[in-house]
Amino acid sequence: MKRHLLEAADLDRADATLVLDTAAQIDQALAGREVKKLPTLRGRTVVNLFYEDSTRTRISFELAAKRLSADVINFSAKGSSVSKGESLKDTALTLEAMGSDAIVVRHSASGAPHRLAHWVRGSVVNAGDGTHEHPTQALLDAYTIRRRLGRLEGVRVAIVGDVLHSRVARSNIGLLHTLGAEVTVVAPPTLLPVGVGSWPVEVSYDLDAVLPKADVVMMLRVQAERMNASFFPSAREYSRRYGLDARRMSLLDDDAIVMHPGPMNRGMEIAAEVADSVRSTIVEQVGNGVSVRMAVLYLLLGGNEPA
Amino acid sequence: MASSVEPARNEPPKSGAPSSPGALLSSADVARVVDRMAHQLIERAAASDPGSPNGGLSSLVLVGIPTRGAPLARRLAARVEAFSGTTVDVGIVDITLYRDDLRLRGVRALEPTVLPDGGIDDRLVVLVDDVLYSGRSVRAALDALRDLGRPRSVQLAVLVDRGHRELPIRADFVGKNVPTSRSQQVRVHLAETDGADEVLVTEGDIT
Repeated sequence: MKRHLLEAADLDRADATLVLDTAAQIDQALAGREVKKLPTLRGRTVVNLFYEDSTRTRISFELAAKRLSADVINFSAKGSSVSKGESLKDTALTLEAMGSDAIVVRHSASGAPHRLAHWVRGSVVNAGDGTHEHPTQALLDAYTIRRRLGRLEGVRVAIVGDVLHSRVARSNIGLLHTLGAEVTVVAPPTLLPVGVGSWPVEVSYDLDAVLPKADVVMMLRVQAERMNASFFPSAREYSRRYGLDARRMSLLDDDAIVMHPGPMNRGMEIAAEVADSVRSTIVEQVGNGVSVRMAVLYLLLGGNEPA
Repeated sequence: MASSVEPARNEPPKSGAPSSPGALLSSADVARVVDRMAHQLIERAAASDPGSPNGGLSSLVLVGIPTRGAPLARRLAARVEAFSGTTVDVGIVDITLYRDDLRLRGVRALEPTVLPDGGIDDRLVVLVDDVLYSGRSVRAALDALRDLGRPRSVQLAVLVDRGHRELPIRADFVGKNVPTSRSQQVRVHLAETDGADEVLVTEGDIT
């Protein structure tokens, strides 16, 4: 494993499989235990450096670090010296001077974790940077698929929706390709990036045609906060063409699953009855996130000298 | 106490056994040692719980420490069953996440942790490992057990005790005591993991 986890491409097939296997062992070791805590990272400090709002990712990383007995410091840009104009670099160096061993960073600027990784000695984990990557989300999605379907090799995954703004899609495409799955992206042409032709994916504009051939449907959130232009005529029209409702769900294979990284816009990209159906892994994904992030923190920090 | 367990046996390894020349224990020796330890487990379980219908064996759990403690625990359980007619529960406790030397030796892949249905609360747990050396693996295993339940008592069975303890830990059941120097390596090979049973002592850090 490399020292940092910045993008899905940092993991080759062996590393990615090691993370998933480690997460499975941790899951199994902690299942049904009274004391859901391991002493592995005692004395290490993990800083959650969040420049963007987040509920599940920050809590998930916090819980993962705490279950491994690391000390956790939560830093959010609101209410910190960032509002006095402190730069990312100075903030990171300040945190490291106080003895942080790993920085989990979320930032609205794509590439911020890469810059950070050059400035600090500890490990940097990307928890989402702009429209670039969110590698631990891709790992927990792959873990969820493997648990539900028993394999990743040859699994047909449809990633549907706002691919243009989605770091989840970018990380998933990279990681799923590494692990041997076949990915099709489905989106209106305005929500696909210019360079999509160079990605290892099939491209489709017709959701109804893709669904019967998919083992996994991954719905993406329509990211209204990143849309400063009109990418589609109206929410209703988007929902009609690219939303997953009960009728579309009935086109799926019997064993196919429906995923969503959250937070959901119910009624927009996914209908409530789909989100709450037995095919949906949305709640499972959140639970798996903690195990996968424990595996990542263990593999990145376990063998290092403390700062 | 550990030394009383081992009978005086100074004969050289038997020729014809499928073991490397110079092996400390051949495959036949390993089988004999495991048999003897199984008998001792039966005796000790009976002594710890006099008057119980199957000699205290129903509360016994043999918990192997990966890698080679796990197949050893299964073998001991099979021999105990063969000698006593009572089935014995077996478990595995992976200690990787409890080690104190991760920083020195780096992270490694985890092994499964498996406990018998009903857990280890109020059971007689015997930890099983291949080689007892510094005692740090056993300390890690004791920490792991503490998080998994509250056994009535915990004992330790090892195939080879090579000395050089760094912690106040001793084994209750020892297959063979082997005086070694720290520069030597003691390697236990088992059919399940290495293709054949044998115990080797080599000089220096080969491999």
